Amino acid sequence: MTTVATPLAPADTTSGAGVTSRRRSVVWLGLAPFAAYVVLFLAIPAVLAVASGLFDNAGAFTLANLAAFADPNILKGFFASIWISALTATIGAVIGAVVCFALLGTKPNGFLRTTVDSASSVLAQFGGVMLAFAFIATIGQQGLLTKWLISIGVTDNVFVNFNNGGPLLYQIPGLVIPYLYFQVPLMVLTFMPAMEGLKSTWAEANATLGGTRFTYWTRIGMPILAPAFFGSLILLFANLFSSYATAAALVSQGGIVPLAIKQQLTSETVVGVANVAGVLALGMVVVMIVLMTAYAALQRRASRWQR
Amino acid sequence: MSAPRFAAEPGRVTRWVILGIVGIVFLVPILAMVEFSVRVGQPVKGVQTYGLQHYAAVFDPANGGAYGELFRGILNSLGICAITVLIVLVLLLPTMILVELKFPKLRRVLEFVCIIPVTIPSIVLVVGFVPVYSIVARVFGSYPWTMAFAVGIIVLPYAYRPIAANLAAIEVVTLSEASRSLGAGWGSVLWRVILPNLRRGILSSCFITIAVVLGEYTIASFLSQNTFQTALVLLQHTDPYVAVIFAVFALIFAFVLLLLIGRLGSAAPGSTGRNRRTA
Repeated sequence: MTTVATPLAPADTTSGAGVTSRRRSVVWLGLAPFAAYVVLFLAIPAVLAVASGLFDNAGAFTLANLAAFADPNILKGFFASIWISALTATIGAVIGAVVCFALLGTKPNGFLRTTVDSASSVLAQFGGVMLAFAFIATIGQQGLLTKWLISIGVTDNVFVNFNNGGPLLYQIPGLVIPYLYFQVPLMVLTFMPAMEGLKSTWAEANATLGGTRFTYWTRIGMPILAPAFFGSLILLFANLFSSYATAAALVSQGGIVPLAIKQQLTSETVVGVANVAGVLALGMVVVMIVLMTAYAALQRRASRWQR
Repeated sequence: MSAPRFAAEPGRVTRWVILGIVGIVFLVPILAMVEFSVRVGQPVKGVQTYGLQHYAAVFDPANGGAYGELFRGILNSLGICAITVLIVLVLLLPTMILVELKFPKLRRVLEFVCIIPVTIPSIVLVVGFVPVYSIVARVFGSYPWTMAFAVGIIVLPYAYRPIAANLAAIEVVTLSEASRSLGAGWGSVLWRVILPNLRRGILSSCFITIAVVLGEYTIASFLSQNTFQTALVLLQHTDPYVAVIFAVFALIFAFVLLLLIGRLGSAAPGSTGRNRRTA
């Protein structure tokens, strides 16, 4: 493929090398608009976001702002973000993997698969605010499930009052339920290709060697799928760690990192150092880089079996 | 086909039990939204009355004031959709074709750039967008449509993938060489050979762009622009029923959109797809 680009040039210009090089530079210019756009709206904002945490109000470089990470509220925010991401990623990954297992052997273009795929993409990407509404209508104070529980006599359920802090849905632990609603579909979307990579010949080989379905899954299926599974799990973790809209629509105070950034951007609350939003952004990016590095490593291992 | 005993696939019963349980659990919140939207008033002696009043109210001109903000938000979102799609078509697409034809070595770089927004949370980008937009507002004014530049970045990974998959599936270089040797200029190579072959990927990435833009909340709320999602959040405080109605509409709309993408994608490239198109 790479060799074909050059033979094209002689067809363009029969008149000489000077014209060729000029044409070449004109072609380079074709990349300029997109490059300019990416620099202006991706590179600059990203650098500004991360770097702003490293400057004080006067504009001088400082590491003093990093002291914000010692603030108990911010530490609590990172801790909450990490445990809620880990919990929903793990549960979501397990349920999603079971759904993928159930879809094994169905026709990829069949009605069932296209419906599950589309529903998964809607729920995985379109979540946000509307996800919050769905759960207000389900397990909010006036929600369908809450009302049903009350009608059968369970008036004192968690959906009405959890931990003496009001309805479960409006507290950080309550976010687990709506979050699972987009973690499971995301797992289905990302893990299905790996599941489909299982070759039927492996199952046959297992059978001819006297293996059972159980040995097939414990000795062949799971070890092969493990890197892909953990890769998807990391993706789920990262997805939740960076999600904002659902939490913003449900939880009015802070509690997780994105909400803390919002508080810092809208009203500088007292932490004692400048540009806390930037410091928090830096912290999030560090976590994301660690996650993505692990993801890339697992992905390399997983792709070995997906040909 | 009677499944062999040791196949990896689950049995019929197992499959439908799993899909049934998960399906029902996932349907409950959707049904709850629908149920919520047809409630009329508070239950009297434990009996809830239902009706379509809230649906009628949305389209009642007398409520124009109450829902005006929401409809303006929807219009703004549609405008942002149009400009974002334009960014994908005018900036991303030509760059991808150019890289494929002339700079194959840059393919990995382009892919990397387009994937970056996935790894940077939008809330982090927002911290950087705020100062950038104070300049943008000075140049263009603070209009909702300017948000499209920021949203275009968020959309990059989603828009990139379908086009890239389509580009990989067709022999762009061979196709363009063939048409060049038959005497076509670069214009007609692009318009009559490459773009028609990329139709499916382009459509998919436009649809997914629309779905992502309509669901975007983070950037709009921090740049204080009125869009569909921010208007919904505001409306939710005063009229939760109508907010839920629109959420249901939007979910259905997105589902149909993505079902279309699924259909586009599953129509296999090659002979069958082509036959269907000409038939």
